[in-house]
Amino acid sequence: MTVLPKTTAHTALLSKTAPRAAFGNLVRNEARLAWRLPAGLIFGFAVSLLLLIVFGELPSFHKPQPELGGLTTFDVYVPILICLVIAILALISLPAALVSYRVQGVLRRLSVTPVPPSWVLAAQLVVQFCLAVITLVTLVVVAITAFGLPVPKNPGGLILASLLSIAALFAIGLSIAAAARSEIAGRVIGGGTLYPLLFFAGMWLPREMMPAAILAISNYTPLGASVEAMQDSMQGQFPPAAALLVLAGYAVVFGFVARRFFRWE
Amino acid sequence: MKTPAAVEIAHLRKTYGHVVAVDDVSFSVAEGEIFGILGPNGAGKTTTAECLLGLRTPDAGSISVLGLNPAVDQADLHVIVGAQLQQSALPGKLRVGEILDLYQSFYPEPADVAELVEALGLAGKRNAYYRSLSGGQRQRLSVALALIGRPKIAVLDEMTTGLDPAARRDTWELIERVRNRGVTIILVTHFMEEAERLCDRVALLDSGRVAALDTPAGLTALASGGKQVRFAASAPFDDRLLIELPEVRTVEHNGSHVIVTGAGQLVNAIILQLATAGVTARDVQLDSWNLEDAFVKLTGRNLAEEGVLT
Repeated sequence: MTVLPKTTAHTALLSKTAPRAAFGNLVRNEARLAWRLPAGLIFGFAVSLLLLIVFGELPSFHKPQPELGGLTTFDVYVPILICLVIAILALISLPAALVSYRVQGVLRRLSVTPVPPSWVLAAQLVVQFCLAVITLVTLVVVAITAFGLPVPKNPGGLILASLLSIAALFAIGLSIAAAARSEIAGRVIGGGTLYPLLFFAGMWLPREMMPAAILAISNYTPLGASVEAMQDSMQGQFPPAAALLVLAGYAVVFGFVARRFFRWE
Repeated sequence: MKTPAAVEIAHLRKTYGHVVAVDDVSFSVAEGEIFGILGPNGAGKTTTAECLLGLRTPDAGSISVLGLNPAVDQADLHVIVGAQLQQSALPGKLRVGEILDLYQSFYPEPADVAELVEALGLAGKRNAYYRSLSGGQRQRLSVALALIGRPKIAVLDEMTTGLDPAARRDTWELIERVRNRGVTIILVTHFMEEAERLCDRVALLDSGRVAALDTPAGLTALASGGKQVRFAASAPFDDRLLIELPEVRTVEHNGSHVIVTGAGQLVNAIILQLATAGVTARDVQLDSWNLEDAFVKLTGRNLAEEGVLT
């Protein structure tokens, strides 16, 4: 044996020694934890569904508004609520879980087993992704069946826009998990990112009513682009390439940042 | 060493910035041995263990663990080497049974979970959440996870810290049973009693270097210069009578008492030799040194002061 040449982070997603079944077990345990520590479920799923129901019950939200380009307030808020769910899961739940695993030494413990610690990160992504998809489908189905939202005219565009939005926001969430050195820092950075992004998504002032300068900024924020792409798909057009490219760009850039800077202990 | 070495470490060096954590550490561990890495905090024990587990890449030197290089063969290494680390917790809202089942699924030929929890006194805790466990129970679960893959080598870092004396003795018995099944055990500890009770050999680390490497008894003898016997003689005798014995090194008089230092079967040799001159030894006391004294002697520092505050 001679000199030891290089650092191996042991983060490969494909491991020849760890049994495949181990990944399924990791996913199952992450799902159990999501159920037993239901902050993500409550704030992501329940709050957005509740808001959808409240908005749906308000008669004034179902009147076409000229300043919204003829859409109803309810129509405008459905994609915004979808973005709210994705953003809470991606920017709050995901970093909270991963940062606590690093701080508590869960990742360190895994690093001395045949299973690479990256598997638990992947399992966490699978669980949060499933939660996002379930919530999103529930919101759209409830909006259509209970509150008369027109069936999205371009479902393919909506699915593409949703997947790209999830990818972009999860990449940002992973970068927060990479940057935060403590659980408190994770919550602060996550929350500090969430509110501005929700503002540009139109949470408090729909994009249709934004001044031109604010709208121009909104177009280049992940949730602004996401709402634009989803709303267009619902109204029947394929989402604009610019919005999809903005989402893809965030996914790629922040995916790279997370990969480059994620620390395992 | 006749038996093949399970672990070979040669001239290991690891620095963090300007801090030299481990400097020129060399030792080998035989298969089936319980080997102790002993020393105060900051001596480089954990860094040595982390290099041997492939968690850190050494700056210089070589490590071979059952023929594998830990820094490059991590995936293969962790199938045959189980580890119990400091500063590693588990998700609080998972149950003990779920954690054991999960970790069991990581290994190709795992141990029987029921047998393991029984041996570690966790059988009644399988449905308990991790966060509800006491410090001692968490520690025992951690030892269980180190053994669950049926490792050839188990590295246990401060495994009995936080355990009460009874739980500590139970854990020691478990470690001896595991070793009797042929598992090589590397024990990182600052508990003298633990090293004396369990270890076949001990590397005493101080400031990143190996201060001494020997059996616990050997280290004690090395540091104390052997044993010391005090007695009162029934009649005056010539010191040369004792000095000429191979076991004896020094003879001193302290009032009515005689103090003899040496090694081996010192008491027997003295009594037999004095008998030839018609002298009997009364009030014979054998002062034996323990590993703790050895540490102070070898490093000039007090282990308890620096070591217990983990």
